Amino acid sequence: MNAPEVLEAQIDRWRDYVRRHRAVAPDDVDEMTDHLRERIDDLRAAGLDDEEAFLVAVKRMGRLDAVSREFARAHSERLWKQLVLLPDGTEEDVSPARRELAVVLACAVGAGLAVKAGATFLDEGAFLTNLGLLVAPFVAGYLGWKRRLAASTTGVLVTGLVVLAAVLNLYPYTVDGSTLALAALHAPVVLWALVGVAYAGGRWRSPDRRMDFVRFTGELAIYFVLLALGGGVLVGLTAGLFSLTGLDLEPALEQWILPVCVPGAFLVAAWLVEAKQEVVENIAPVLTRVFTPLTTLTLVACLVALATAGDLTTVDRELLILMDGVLLLVLALVMYSVSARDPLARPGLFDGLQLGLVTVALAVDAVALTAMLTRIAEFGASPNKVAALGLNLLLAVHLARSAWLLLGLLRHRRAFGDLERWQTAYLPVYAAWAALVVVAFGPLFGFV
Amino acid sequence: MHIDKDLVAASATPLVLGILAEGESYGYAIAKRVAELSGGRMSWTDGMLYPLLHRLERNGLVEASWGRSGSGRRRKHYALTPAGHEALAERRRQWDVVAETLGEVWRTLSDVPAPQAGPATAGGTA
Repeated sequence: MNAPEVLEAQIDRWRDYVRRHRAVAPDDVDEMTDHLRERIDDLRAAGLDDEEAFLVAVKRMGRLDAVSREFARAHSERLWKQLVLLPDGTEEDVSPARRELAVVLACAVGAGLAVKAGATFLDEGAFLTNLGLLVAPFVAGYLGWKRRLAASTTGVLVTGLVVLAAVLNLYPYTVDGSTLALAALHAPVVLWALVGVAYAGGRWRSPDRRMDFVRFTGELAIYFVLLALGGGVLVGLTAGLFSLTGLDLEPALEQWILPVCVPGAFLVAAWLVEAKQEVVENIAPVLTRVFTPLTTLTLVACLVALATAGDLTTVDRELLILMDGVLLLVLALVMYSVSARDPLARPGLFDGLQLGLVTVALAVDAVALTAMLTRIAEFGASPNKVAALGLNLLLAVHLARSAWLLLGLLRHRRAFGDLERWQTAYLPVYAAWAALVVVAFGPLFGFV
Repeated sequence: MHIDKDLVAASATPLVLGILAEGESYGYAIAKRVAELSGGRMSWTDGMLYPLLHRLERNGLVEASWGRSGSGRRRKHYALTPAGHEALAERRRQWDVVAETLGEVWRTLSDVPAPQAGPATAGGTA
């Protein structure tokens, strides 16, 4: 290692150390690193060598615990201990949070009313096809507002939404045809990618932002489930009370409460993730640790089920679809574990467990791929089969490379960063595939 | 020279606001400007500058925007907002009163024999 590399390594170690302070946000680490580098440059210009300059610069930065405490005081929202959504500081502190709450509520009501309007004016098939399109603009709108999106990024997002809406609604699909169903199934992935662009504030090429978006997605799912559970309990209690007084809640539930409140809850969940990232970051590692071994067991059961299903050409297509679902779950689990793992931690038991999970998943995917190929050879290609085959191929590549990198990590040949980068680098492939299915499958297969 | 930390904390906000009133700037440049203005006698724990800047940003006294340094690193720039100008003017009035009062005190003390270093250290021993 030559001198500049040593210095860079030292700066990187310092950054990682700073990053571990909960109250210091990634942007603040960048800001302080810039400061540190400027200070080092000035000190070197004054005649100090790299090592001395680095030490003096770090010392001048001050004790990080004290600095972090100051950050915590300046950004009370970053500490999970203060579980208050409106900071209890001065009025100047309150107004931005209030404004954000107002924007979120407006977006939530907007999404709820959009879905309600869709449910009222569209027939059921068109409603289900367009459901994502009714909600996603509000999520992207809230995030875009929060990130103060540049006009060009907003333009890209709006264009994407319009194109998607046009393709879904103007293509001459056969009613109840499989290409329409595939387009409707893949559209949410494209929509979620657009939301990701808004989430990243337009900087979607940045691996860090992508990883943040993975965290956001996982945490959003957890919050949404929690909100749904709470809402379910409330609705149940209310329905019970109503029934005692001879009133039936069900019409109101179907007509208003579900279509308006569920999309609203989705936006509120997004806001909660934004406001309280720390709360779930503590749950995520626990959840992944619990579910990684459990999912491995599930997958082994799947393998057994596939093996005993007999001839691969006669494997039930329902089983194959379920298998895809399980594999996607595995992938989510891997991504979420990677996003929650401490990059500095030494490879350990959990990484081994994860390698086991990914290996079994690969085996399942290989069986599923074989089954699909034999089915295609036997019965010819259909839109459904090609879409499933494509997805399984994408999954196979993703899982295989992840397994390879995990193995390298366990053998101390690879850094964790490689695994992290692979995950974030591969994400757009799914969005591109989904977009391809939505846009091209209809024309390719004659809109059957 | 060591300056009592409460005094540093109290003067930090008007100093930062005052420096930003000269024009948009960023963290390291602000720290350097403080050292320059005080002839090197006053320096901060560098890290503490950022929570302060963020608090000012949060309170709407400064506006921040991300840009790039000459070498392409991400850098956050700060600029004074109208509210910041008002706050600076208000702080300045307060500090003028404090400084004048202290000045009166030092003047009455000047009849009494001053400590060896003379009036040069007067401001720092408060």
